[in-house]
Amino acid sequence: MSSQVSIGQPAKLEVAWKRFFSPSNRYLSPLLISCVLLVGQLSYGILESYTRTLLAIATSLVAEIVLSRIYFGKWPILVSAYISGISVGILVRSPAFWPYALCALISITSKYVLRVHDRHIWNPSNFGIVAMFILASGSVAGLSIQWGNFIWPMIVIWTLGSAIIWRLRRFHISATYVASFLGFALLRSWITGDPWRSEISPITGPMYQLFIFFMITDPKTTVRSKTGQILTIIAVAAVEMVLRLHQVVYAPFYALFVVGPTAMLLEMWLESRRARLLVAHA
Amino acid sequence: MKPSRTTRVVVTVLFIGMLATPLAIRQLSARRQAAQSKLDESQALARYGFHLQEVSQQAGVAFVHQAPTLDAKLDGIMPEVASMGASVSIVDFDRDGWPDLYVTNSKTGSLNCLYRNMHDGTFKEVAGPMGLADVNQPGTGVSMGAVWGDYDNDGYEDLFLIKWGRPELFHNDHGRGFTRVTETAGLPLWINANTAVWLDYDGDGLLDLFVGGYYSEKLDLWHLRDTRMMPESFEYAKNGGRKFLFHNLGNGRFEEVSEKVGIQSNRWALAASAADLRGTGRPDLFIANDYGVSELFLNEGGHFQEAGQATGVGFAPKSGMNVAYGDILNQGKYAIYVSNISEEGVLIQGNNLWVPREGDASLKYENLARDMGVELGGWSFGAQFGDLNNDGYLDLYLTNGYVSLNRSKSYWYDFSRVAGGNSKIIGDAANWPAMDGRSLSGYQQKKVWINDGAAKFVDVAQAVGATDIYDGRSVVMADLWNRGVLDVVVANQRGPLLIYKNTVSPENEWLELALVGASSNRSAIGAQVTLYWNGQHQLQQVSGGSGFAAQNDRRLHFGLGKNPQIEKAVIRWPSGKTQTVENLVPGKLYNVTEAE
Repeated sequence: MSSQVSIGQPAKLEVAWKRFFSPSNRYLSPLLISCVLLVGQLSYGILESYTRTLLAIATSLVAEIVLSRIYFGKWPILVSAYISGISVGILVRSPAFWPYALCALISITSKYVLRVHDRHIWNPSNFGIVAMFILASGSVAGLSIQWGNFIWPMIVIWTLGSAIIWRLRRFHISATYVASFLGFALLRSWITGDPWRSEISPITGPMYQLFIFFMITDPKTTVRSKTGQILTIIAVAAVEMVLRLHQVVYAPFYALFVVGPTAMLLEMWLESRRARLLVAHA
Repeated sequence: MKPSRTTRVVVTVLFIGMLATPLAIRQLSARRQAAQSKLDESQALARYGFHLQEVSQQAGVAFVHQAPTLDAKLDGIMPEVASMGASVSIVDFDRDGWPDLYVTNSKTGSLNCLYRNMHDGTFKEVAGPMGLADVNQPGTGVSMGAVWGDYDNDGYEDLFLIKWGRPELFHNDHGRGFTRVTETAGLPLWINANTAVWLDYDGDGLLDLFVGGYYSEKLDLWHLRDTRMMPESFEYAKNGGRKFLFHNLGNGRFEEVSEKVGIQSNRWALAASAADLRGTGRPDLFIANDYGVSELFLNEGGHFQEAGQATGVGFAPKSGMNVAYGDILNQGKYAIYVSNISEEGVLIQGNNLWVPREGDASLKYENLARDMGVELGGWSFGAQFGDLNNDGYLDLYLTNGYVSLNRSKSYWYDFSRVAGGNSKIIGDAANWPAMDGRSLSGYQQKKVWINDGAAKFVDVAQAVGATDIYDGRSVVMADLWNRGVLDVVVANQRGPLLIYKNTVSPENEWLELALVGASSNRSAIGAQVTLYWNGQHQLQQVSGGSGFAAQNDRRLHFGLGKNPQIEKAVIRWPSGKTQTVENLVPGKLYNVTEAE
């Protein structure tokens, strides 16, 4: 018996482990963002408050259920709404409650309203947060603090995030962005004469970690081809650099807001042209 | 299944409504703001019951603060790192019954000023002859603030000078001059502090002294070894200055006991104030920290227990810059006002108004700043509670503005990207881009929030005449000319000292109390007065320092509203004795000495 266990158990574990970290496991991303939240909160209390974050998550989930029932008549899978809610709950900073609920509501509703060829083209939380930055700047700011003075929470999140994103086969997106950001940061430093450390400073903060692992890698709002994804993300970093040269505080969100849908629309146009050509050839 | 056209239209309309919601909120707020247009004196009196007029020139006060210039390694961000030092405190140093002003200067070699009240609406500068002017000499650091307390109980208020540098204690020689007693007192050679408070923490009748370090005391800011002197984090920094509690030994000497009594922190303290928050008879100590959470040290019979998280005030890290106590609801309990930073589109911390929760057995606070309307005040600094219109409710005056340089160029972008970075980056001044004359939350409008008595404050600053836009730091309130109204004095960084003379509707009445301790410390610091009138009561205390780098008049001023019927004043002295004063009539200043 014991020999059977000692041979069989690791095999089962290995299977379970592989299944868990399989790219098809849709719960990997929410697990990762929950880990980010926990590490950030337990080590430094990065949240404005638990209640505000829970409000954002709850609003996202409820909005997703209601809209999915109204629009498609079916019960939704809540993974995406959970990620949107938690992103809003972490990234939005406001002493008031309403911005959390409203931002979550705008984020989820944008998925249903802003659709082209039955695909939503904006990352939901990116849309919601940019909308709040533009429309409610007197009440809302973005997460702009760091993880405090210890490097370990940052290392944990970067390592865990990279491993999971690797398994989800989207690591190239995050890696491209990081490389582009660093390259453009040095270019900015050369242009402005500011210390290079001040230019790379933002990427060392939690706002960018959420941006890198959750927003730009969102499968629903990124183009399909790997080359397209890489080019898109370089374009995001390039637009961000231009915005940063104009001293725009929340440059990455605005850059993704502009480049993301543009790339999606371009891809749709190219696909429809290709389809038309195939039909014509046939 | 595809959604019907009606569904899509309805959801789209709702979506547009969601996007329009913040705009509508902003519009409403802008309209409310527009209603706060400037009024002339008679209109302001009719509408709000008071009017402020800036009279420093007429009063003969032409003080302009000069900022420090620190080590040249910090040149690029000098306006940011040398952004404090303007302060004002109220003292009747010569015991003539009229409040005088002490104002700090912060450039090396600059002179501090002591303005003696001449009883005729003017002040005369006497710091030189009194020995309190030349206190910013090279190698000794520069002034950041001042607090007054009669540490030897001889009847005259002595001066503790808060510095980035060598702290100084001056003994008041019966109002005729001051003698420097720093070494005799046993004070340390160097503290980079922005706050200090006189308090009798152990109830022995002798004033002790708390000093809160900001920059580490190991740094000589004029001779830095390197540029790693900034906070290691924007919200979690613990590499600031240490805290000191100097226990008064009664022989002119002090013993540093902070570790012994449980006050240990290296957070970046900017403001502190003491008050008995639980009715124990001993003062608790609230510290507002920059780059982190506030700390509340509860006094457990002479030993302190940090209870920031337990009481709710030490959870969300912000940029604390002020501690002021006020019984804003006339319930006999202090609310605590802590100022922070709010800059539209970049950082919305919001100020905190910590109000004690009803019904909790233990002390718990909730932040009601938003509900009560005192949350957003820009880059807020000093604030004080006081009844500006004598209507019986404490109002709140807040000054603000960080660095006003080039109006059209902002440093916020550079500030925010470095502040959001790793500790190795934020902590080294060399990584901070040069300010190059740019402003950082400059030219801000002040806030004068009047209390409607029903848990709401309304900003009337522009309407009542508080229209300056200097970089305000320190605010004090005092009845400068013994007229039964609270005037406001504001010290501005790199700006003039402003004296706002108050005119109040005559139908609102008042009462003032000047307390003198006997078995308690003679300054009566820590004494609490509950005044009962017209079926309500209000609690006030004599403070050894509050706000930001400030100290109000020790005399307590109560606004009473119209036709007041005063029942009594109950005084609880720091000695523990309770004294009830009856047969009080409005419109008078009462001198009350502690009964033996």
